[in-house]
Amino acid sequence: MKRTAALRAVALGAAVAMIATACSSGSAGDDATDGSGDENVTLTWWHNSNTGAGKDYYDELADKFESEHPGVTIEVSALQHEDMLTKLDAAFQTNSAPDIYMERGGGELKSHVEAGLTKDITESAADTISAIGGSVDGWTVDDRVYSLPFSIGVVGFWYNKAMFAQAGITENPTTMTELYDAIEKLKTAGIEPISVGAGSGWPAAHYWYYFGLRQCSKDALEAATQQFDFSDDCWVRAGDSLEELISKQPFNTGFEATEAQGTPESASGLLANRKVAMELAGHWEPGVMQGLTEDEQGLGEDTGWFPFPEVEGGEGDPAAQLGGGDAWACSEKSPDVCVDFIEFLLASDQQKRFAELDMGLPTLPSATAFVAAPELAQLLSFRNEAPYVQLYFDTAFGENIGGAMNDAIVSVFNSNGTSQGIVDAITSAAALEQ
Amino acid sequence: MTDVAGDLTPRGGNATRAAAATAVNPGATDQATAWSVASGPRGRGASSNAWRKRLEIFFFVAPALLLFATFVLLPVVQAARYSVFRWNGLGPMDNFIGFQNYVMALGDTVFQRSVTNNLTIAVLSIAIQLPIGVLIALLLNRKFPGQTAMRVIVFVPYVLAEVVAGVIWKLLLQPSGGVNAFLEAIGLGGVTQAWLANSSVALWTVMGVLTWKYCGLAIVLLLAGLQGVPEELHEAASIDGASWWQTQRKITIPLLGPTIRTWMFLSMIGSLQLFDMVWILTKGGPDNATSTMATYLIRQGTERSQYGYSSAVAIILFVISFVIAGLFQKLVMNRDAGDDKPKQRRKKVSR
Repeated sequence: MKRTAALRAVALGAAVAMIATACSSGSAGDDATDGSGDENVTLTWWHNSNTGAGKDYYDELADKFESEHPGVTIEVSALQHEDMLTKLDAAFQTNSAPDIYMERGGGELKSHVEAGLTKDITESAADTISAIGGSVDGWTVDDRVYSLPFSIGVVGFWYNKAMFAQAGITENPTTMTELYDAIEKLKTAGIEPISVGAGSGWPAAHYWYYFGLRQCSKDALEAATQQFDFSDDCWVRAGDSLEELISKQPFNTGFEATEAQGTPESASGLLANRKVAMELAGHWEPGVMQGLTEDEQGLGEDTGWFPFPEVEGGEGDPAAQLGGGDAWACSEKSPDVCVDFIEFLLASDQQKRFAELDMGLPTLPSATAFVAAPELAQLLSFRNEAPYVQLYFDTAFGENIGGAMNDAIVSVFNSNGTSQGIVDAITSAAALEQ
Repeated sequence: MTDVAGDLTPRGGNATRAAAATAVNPGATDQATAWSVASGPRGRGASSNAWRKRLEIFFFVAPALLLFATFVLLPVVQAARYSVFRWNGLGPMDNFIGFQNYVMALGDTVFQRSVTNNLTIAVLSIAIQLPIGVLIALLLNRKFPGQTAMRVIVFVPYVLAEVVAGVIWKLLLQPSGGVNAFLEAIGLGGVTQAWLANSSVALWTVMGVLTWKYCGLAIVLLLAGLQGVPEELHEAASIDGASWWQTQRKITIPLLGPTIRTWMFLSMIGSLQLFDMVWILTKGGPDNATSTMATYLIRQGTERSQYGYSSAVAIILFVISFVIAGLFQKLVMNRDAGDDKPKQRRKKVSR
């Protein structure tokens, strides 16, 4: 009897201990390493280059910084992109964010700043900020800079050169009329023209963003993005342009449920596996496509890119681009050396190497010449020549208004919504925020 | 007869056991009270023994209660608290808005659609799976070669992990996937569909996959129930000249009543809280056509950093499930508490 009682106690104790350990592990550490000097600090760094050369390069950079700054230890966590976003969300809520993290700007940054989670680096990183130039605008809240953008890309049409040739399309479409013409030619050749991941929402929403960018003057755009003033009728015309495009039925069969990327059946997968001729996507597309084909080449030599065509009669600048990017930010409670580290990441040598490895589109003007892939270099030239690069509306407006907007756009793709419905969805979601 | 149960217990055991527990629940409570009264050794005055017993009960119950309180009660209370604030999860929660989140949720057409979808799924699940389940269970209850193998095959979909099954179906249901290829091969090319992409078909597609997945549970539960129908009754009926069909209709099915009601209860709660299969197949899309309350909560709530709002939706989901479960217990399951004759028999036989 005694024995069993004792055993029970042991079993219970073990169970409690297991639960306790399960609960205690897993939070990002603000734990400094035990050391001799008081200058010993540990920086935690989360990034999403979790495979191949990019991961090795970032590890190498962390080692280099450690050797240049004795006493500093950098704990690098290379996470899969979606995992990183989920973990970051949770970390911000529990106030245990890593010291260095990726910030996408716009409404998301604004809410981080309002909650006092992100370090103001306007003074501490002034030199690097001026070297990067206008690109930091997307990471500025009330004239204070909070992050250093290291990669900014623009959205455009990625296409299969071989399919275009097969359909007899000799010149890249520069206006919507030419695009419709290309769509017809592709259909005649028995090729599905465009894949779109409407199931994921945002890939479909990019069309409306671009129609808005083409239809609306810069003033109307600013009124909308800064005061949520969508009274200009160009926003409804943007929806009308979208409906016109949808009425040509250019999209892959079942696009309503197609996801953006990740599987061979996704929008990127369809383009990579030569099932469709083109897709509207950002600068990440070649990398994504490489992961979705068996030979890891994506479209290889057949990869082509052209910017979103001009919309006839629109008031927007036809050279304006839609884009966005990633920036390094320091969390509010990180040690000061954190800012040194993100400046180090943005230094000229590092950005050059970043470009050479095709890890993204460098923001430092001196590094842009080192982008190796020809399509990316072409895309970069359009980015650099654009009169303005509009941040993706959903990022700019924040998750809530952005989500309501994307849902309304998806309704139009499903023939259930209207041009006015999109504008209404945005304004009513925005009214709740204020 | 117990061989099948033996076969399936390692995997299906949980659900079956839970169901059995629910089925005998009213009786069990009675038993427990009777037992504690009987064993209360007041007459002998051995109060230390009673204390010992209480301590023992506390010792065994406390960890479970603690876990339940930490991981069930506390989150529910917290959700109730969050639900009266507008809060994006960051920083302090200081924007008190009363019941505005609830008003917003109940007035949102997408949420209304989600509730309707949930109810449709709950009703259709029972309407479709019950007849199929009873028929197959009756068939599988007859002796024929390969009976055990058949039972296992029928139960396999339920045993498969939800995510695995969902991903397989998703691939099959792609426009260029297996289902359409099969339909074309058998000359039904005309009915091919973008099964998950067409917003007027998607809910029915999901319903089909759910039927495939959960029929197994109904069948196994009903088979277990059938083990409890005493053989003597069948013998008596056949002596009286009843046909097989008459025996099933007049004896088996009425005696299956408690099992059927338990299964309906489980099925209903499962339908109301449906999340994983829908999330994998459609994420509630296209255009919210297959949205359920749970996917709505994630998509409109947490994915948009509307933690106060999603908490309000969670509370509404909780209340709806709670009320329906309560009503069902009161109106339908109550009958089982009264006539515990078949149940007791069942227990004897199944032991």
